[in-house]
Amino acid sequence: MLDFLYQPWPWYVAGPIIGLTVPILLLIGGKIFGVSANLRHACAACNFGNVEFFNYDWKTAGKWNFMFLVGTVLGGFLGGYVFANPEPIALAASTISDLQALGIQDFNGLVPDDLFAWDMLGTGIGLTVLVLGGFLVGFGARYAGGCTSGHAISGLSDLQLASLIAVIGFFIGGLIMTFLIYPIILG
Amino acid sequence: MKFSEYLKYLIIGTAFGFVLVKSEVVSWFRIQEMFRFQDFHMYGIIGLAVIVGIISVQIIKRFDMKDAQGNPISIPPKDASQVKRYLIGGSMFGLGWALLGACPGPMFALLGSGLTIMVIPILAALAGTYTYGLLRDKLPH
Repeated sequence: MLDFLYQPWPWYVAGPIIGLTVPILLLIGGKIFGVSANLRHACAACNFGNVEFFNYDWKTAGKWNFMFLVGTVLGGFLGGYVFANPEPIALAASTISDLQALGIQDFNGLVPDDLFAWDMLGTGIGLTVLVLGGFLVGFGARYAGGCTSGHAISGLSDLQLASLIAVIGFFIGGLIMTFLIYPIILG
Repeated sequence: MKFSEYLKYLIIGTAFGFVLVKSEVVSWFRIQEMFRFQDFHMYGIIGLAVIVGIISVQIIKRFDMKDAQGNPISIPPKDASQVKRYLIGGSMFGLGWALLGACPGPMFALLGSGLTIMVIPILAALAGTYTYGLLRDKLPH
């Protein structure tokens, strides 16, 4: 009976639930869905060097979002640990063969052990993926004024042209990385 | 804000994190598959999320709905004339999204799933955010 908690959810179930996050946050407190704002609030809470961009009342702006973020971690624990799917992800066969050609060997979990492991931090590949990847996500999200949730979901839901431009940017960067840079990194 | 108020956001965040994992949006593999255009999965999720979002935001606007505290709901418009900012910043974000295979929400959901190594990209993302704050005046917007 609880099978659906362990099984992966199809796109037509997950998509609407993620979309509903936008009106639910608006209706319960007039809040705008966007995860990366938390990174800015965290910088504002510390604000070493008194940087102007981080000089604002982060508690008023960000407490609710911080609670949302704690929930996201908790939801990840429930979905990925307590009710973890024991099966490998049903990826397209073409993706598996492309990634195998790049040297990826582990297809068992949500991410490949070949890249996401503590001992990978001692390698150039691991540092590039985990440190440079994270840095670009943080820098790019703030430069663009939002991430996947703030632009691709919230912004597009409000039919904002700025968000459409940002999402086009997401794909320009993503395609360059996937087809031009990743083969060099893993090569 | 009272504790019960915060509890609501905690519960919504929990549902969000749970769906991110169950739909495999948090998976590096799924992001690779998406950028290689080899499966509809991610496009279906983002597409349906946006359709549901558009319809509900339109309903909220059309009926001038108020939030639970009785305040009018307003979504501040983003300045679309700052094309450079969205295109360059967005492209940098996209480079990172494809490289790490996770955007901010999934980073934290993966951490919760027991993948402790995600602490490193989260700290790196904070460093990236801070660096943007430092360089902001020197960057084209």
